[in-house]
Amino acid sequence: MPQPLNYLRETASQTAGPYVHIGLAPGAAGFDLFEKELGTDIAGPNAKGERITVEGTVIDGMGAPLKDVLIEVWQANAAGIYPHPADRRAGEVEEGFRGWGRVISNFETGLFSFETIKPGSVPGRPAAHPPRRSADEEAKDALGRGRQDQRPMAPHLNLWIVARGINIGLNTRMYFSDEEEANAKDPVLNLIEQVDRRPTLIAKRGERDGKVVYRFDIRLQGENETVFLDV
Amino acid sequence: MTRMGRIGSNTGPGAAEYFQRDRTLHPPAYTPNYKTSVARSPRYALLSLQNSLSEVTGPTFGHSDLGPLDNDLILNYAHDGEPIGERIIVHGRVLDETGRGVPNTLVEFWQANAGGRYRHKKDTYLAPIDPNFGGCGRTLTDEDGYYYFRTVKPGAYPWRNWVNNWRPAHIHFSVFGAGFVQRLITQMYFEGDPLLPHCPIVKSIPDQDAIDQLIAPLDLNAAVPLDCLAYKFDIVLRGSRSTLFENRLEGN
Ligand SMILES: [Fe+2]
Repeated sequence: MPQPLNYLRETASQTAGPYVHIGLAPGAAGFDLFEKELGTDIAGPNAKGERITVEGTVIDGMGAPLKDVLIEVWQANAAGIYPHPADRRAGEVEEGFRGWGRVISNFETGLFSFETIKPGSVPGRPAAHPPRRSADEEAKDALGRGRQDQRPMAPHLNLWIVARGINIGLNTRMYFSDEEEANAKDPVLNLIEQVDRRPTLIAKRGERDGKVVYRFDIRLQGENETVFLDV
Repeated sequence: MTRMGRIGSNTGPGAAEYFQRDRTLHPPAYTPNYKTSVARSPRYALLSLQNSLSEVTGPTFGHSDLGPLDNDLILNYAHDGEPIGERIIVHGRVLDETGRGVPNTLVEFWQANAGGRYRHKKDTYLAPIDPNFGGCGRTLTDEDGYYYFRTVKPGAYPWRNWVNNWRPAHIHFSVFGAGFVQRLITQMYFEGDPLLPHCPIVKSIPDQDAIDQLIAPLDLNAAVPLDCLAYKFDIVLRGSRSTLFENRLEGN
């Protein structure tokens, strides 16, 4: 027998269940317990950039909207910086910009809606060092054995979806329809082999009452199933 | 300063790539004995990504986010007395797969009351609401990854799946870690619960060792004599690599 490696194993996921709101959004469950409910303000008052609303539904395999879903959003600021020590520019993030929020769907309609700022483009993965191949060569090979394309990533929101009936949180990304050029070069969108599935990650820009509103529907199953990520 | 484990010239010292998730120990999306999963499970394969800044970063929390009673479910909703039920402490560490404690990370928990009833407008189970029990709390781990809270032991409750399904007593947990890819929601069960082998949600996990890892043992040493019992529950999040060639970066 070789030596044991002695890694621990990750704790298994279990569904968030129907009462997830009690723990993570008790105000929505019908009672105020905490002085401060977390995740209600993603961008904060000082964030630069375009103020936007994102709305949509999460739809099950029978075409019905989930009325008990909880979505977490994680995003960079308008300059493409994450407020986290792993981002070496984190110190430049505006005071009060959290980049993280919690959103629940309406109990009656299933519609979710949140306000934030549109993030900037975020650096991609690094090139190998020393560089062995050009970015174009790596991109071409991304579907084979190649490393992921290291070009900058188009502006996007990282989403994590939990609900009753979802056994392990689903990761996906939301890109922006008005970023066509950046989306065309995005390393993650380009990794999706079935080109006609790429639009499932792109929110449609529109306007209502003078405000910018992006529509993003997430289909768990069935026609136009959203691309989910193993991150 | 070591540069090992960083993933790019735009990253700071905390940016390590995470181990790939072992999907064989987690429940798959489609588990037909847990009926709600049938229509809520993606059918296509997940797209596997290498970590970028979007994955290795994640929200951070501090003590200013919390209130003084957030980790005491016996007191945090007490109005005219304390809640009914078996008084317990739940404690343990949040670790990563390398065995390191995960410091200063947010741990949230929610549960039914001692009768198995949630304080939620969608819960209509006939067991009564406890006027002195809210059923949720949260805390930050300390520098070693240690956390604890006080509550009452939740009751089992029936749920509509098959007609006679009962959830074993459980506490829901939400944990963050340092990177968004460590994000985890799970449930803690109690040693010796006879409902465990009958629960379709527990059995959505295909790996018996992974199920056992969700069962908290009674920890008499952590009990408060004449006051409160204790259960120990360690939570393991994904680990990160620190010394692999591919991750060694710019010019060193
Ligand atoms: Fe539950």
